[in-house]
Amino acid sequence: MLNKLKNIDRRIIFIFIFLAVLIPLLKPINLPTQVSQPVQNIYDFVEKIPEGKIVLMSFDYGPSTKIEINPMALSLVRQCFRRNLRIVGICLWPEGANLSREVFNLLSKEYHKEYGKDYVNLGFKAGGEPTLVSLGKVGFKELCPQDIDNKPIKELPLMQEINKYDSFALVLTFSAGVPGIKEYIRVTASQYKIPVAGGCTAVSASEMYPFLASGQLLGLMGGLKGASEYEKLVGAPGDAIKGMDAQSVAHLLIVLLIIFTNLIYFLEKAKKKT
Amino acid sequence: MNKIKHYFRGGIVKRKVKFKISFYFIFFYFLLIQIVFAETPEIKPWLNLDKLNNLLGVIILTLCITWFIYHAKRGKELYVRRIAGLSAVDEAVGRATEMGKPVLYITGLADIDDIQTLTSLSILGYIAQKTAEYETSLLVPCCRSIVMSTAQEVVKESHLKAARPDTYRRDNIYYLSDDQFGFVAGVDGIMLREKPAANFYFGKFYAESLILAETGHSTGAIQIAGTAESTQLPFFVAACDYTLLGEELYAASAYLSKNPLEVGSLKGQDVGKFIFLLAIILGCILVTFKYDWIINLFKT
Amino acid sequence: MKRQLPLYITFITGLAMLIQFYMPKIEFVGDIFQKWFAIIVVFAYILGAGSLILVNGQKILKASPGWGYNLVLIIGLFGMFFIGIFFGISKGPFNFLFNYVFTPLSATMFSLLAFFIASAAFRAFKAKTPEATLLLLTAFIVMIGRVPIGEVIWNHIPFLSQWSLNDLIERWIMGAFNTAGQRAILLGASIGLISVSLKILLGIERGYLGGE
Repeated sequence: MLNKLKNIDRRIIFIFIFLAVLIPLLKPINLPTQVSQPVQNIYDFVEKIPEGKIVLMSFDYGPSTKIEINPMALSLVRQCFRRNLRIVGICLWPEGANLSREVFNLLSKEYHKEYGKDYVNLGFKAGGEPTLVSLGKVGFKELCPQDIDNKPIKELPLMQEINKYDSFALVLTFSAGVPGIKEYIRVTASQYKIPVAGGCTAVSASEMYPFLASGQLLGLMGGLKGASEYEKLVGAPGDAIKGMDAQSVAHLLIVLLIIFTNLIYFLEKAKKKT
Repeated sequence: MNKIKHYFRGGIVKRKVKFKISFYFIFFYFLLIQIVFAETPEIKPWLNLDKLNNLLGVIILTLCITWFIYHAKRGKELYVRRIAGLSAVDEAVGRATEMGKPVLYITGLADIDDIQTLTSLSILGYIAQKTAEYETSLLVPCCRSIVMSTAQEVVKESHLKAARPDTYRRDNIYYLSDDQFGFVAGVDGIMLREKPAANFYFGKFYAESLILAETGHSTGAIQIAGTAESTQLPFFVAACDYTLLGEELYAASAYLSKNPLEVGSLKGQDVGKFIFLLAIILGCILVTFKYDWIINLFKT
Repeated sequence: MKRQLPLYITFITGLAMLIQFYMPKIEFVGDIFQKWFAIIVVFAYILGAGSLILVNGQKILKASPGWGYNLVLIIGLFGMFFIGIFFGISKGPFNFLFNYVFTPLSATMFSLLAFFIASAAFRAFKAKTPEATLLLLTAFIVMIGRVPIGEVIWNHIPFLSQWSLNDLIERWIMGAFNTAGQRAILLGASIGLISVSLKILLGIERGYLGGE
């Protein structure tokens, strides 16, 4: 019996996980969200940036991690637009271009922002870290002569104010891997001393804490939890807050599964002794 | 001069090699042209004083490593502790041979500019030599095309070293996709169809690590992984039989090749680590007693 | 000569990149190499596509087992390529396929993680030693504490509820223990990385070129 339970078909576990995610999504519990300090730091910093300043936003994620990262991007763009900060968007991942376009299209209408004046989307820039280094040395005008729709940046008034990284008050990166948050820390934060903050997948959040402690990273949104906290701060509940119920139940289920497997382990051990 | 004349007459090298060498000459030629005609409008200092501490750290570490390389070169024997994951490589390839199933090797998600990928390619060379000796099929699906091209060269050389150039199959080293999860889907498909008896994951991995390792586990393969990505280590530890943790991956090449020069560099690395450790302890003590000047020494 | 030249190129470019990092006067040399790298990366896509067509094309022609998958891949590759060329990538069919085929497929692959984490945890997470038990307890606190339900449960525990769960996780577990562990791995790996870089620069490590 114990052996059977120990070697339980993993598909049974998969069904439990599926239900643990599905049921709360269909029937929300509306659990309260508490804001953690690394997330609060980003919000406070953005709130303190004087109106009209420019923020660089990097959309370094793809469709696979959209569910986790996109709510972060939506909340930050929302806050920047609400505070009349101007945004220059860039993507180090090719798939990020389409996703950033979606975010800007959605929110520019809501906040009546004009393309070219209030925000610009430069689209995908290949090369990762070397490109970031070159942007710092050569500048945006030379390396990004056109925007996402191949429009010359000479025709975009906002881009006339952009030279190198020192044109930005803050760099925000929504990162699902490499190139992403670490590259921005190495280049913009360490070499050009521009504050860097951002969000990453929950799986890589623990890796970012040394950079938070050293001050190289201003703040961090880790996974869907971080995104839900930011949605709460911005006052625009979205997919992240909805998803937290499902994540709560799934986490609880995994803990119960671990307790269960340990019970079997100890019972088996006791049986062997007797 | 005579040698160069001889070369251009086509005496010493085959046509293919000649083409490669000509390519390298073109490389140096263009490099020279670009440097000579490069525009340098701003007047910049010769040395960035803000990076002086960084430079000092690199010099200290380099001296430690070169010192031990020098001693290793002179024949001094250096001890390297056993790394279980690497010792099990032969066993895993042997098992695949016994079962008549292929070996699967993944070089990670990063491109050729990442040191983890280069280290992974070195390990691939060793494993490819073993598979060539045992006449076992080796599958290397790649996430980056330049890595694929390099892996083909590495495996080919290994087959030559094992005196089995006839068993080299170029088609077994192929490109799948640059997209992270597209690549994972492709590799999972290979695992389920080909059922490799041994899976090796060495290099840079992200969220796909667990998907790969769990699928590999479900097919019953013996699995050995190694990465310097701290967030992926728990997944590999949970799902693989052996895992190389962080710097162990970088030590792999020295461990497998037993090349005294490489082993020497490992020793130098350890001494460098010890110096950094002392600096950390000293820093903790001084900062605890409010002597903050030490922080400024390490600021960049 | 075939073996020596790549080593010279590695040495020269590596050394130039290292020196330009500390010497602003010759930063332009680094810029040259970075531009070259960006150009090579673009050509790599052609190399990748070539390999895909070659390997999968052969399997289709030979009607190898599972050739249908190879055919789907080739259709997908050329389909997206030509749709992108003729209709543009910002709207139209390319955008439709990106949003309604590529996005859900990628999200599905990523979602597998949730299932695999559960099965791996069930199989491997056992309190076999005191260290493993400690790890297990910490994992419980983080897993439950990082989701809203954790706060609700925590507030109902009589003695513990006087402290903030968020504080315990952020400041202690993540901020102190996790950071210390991450730094240890990071420093060790970084020193290893410098060592390997030096070996590559000096031509001691030649494994990536196929050995000796």
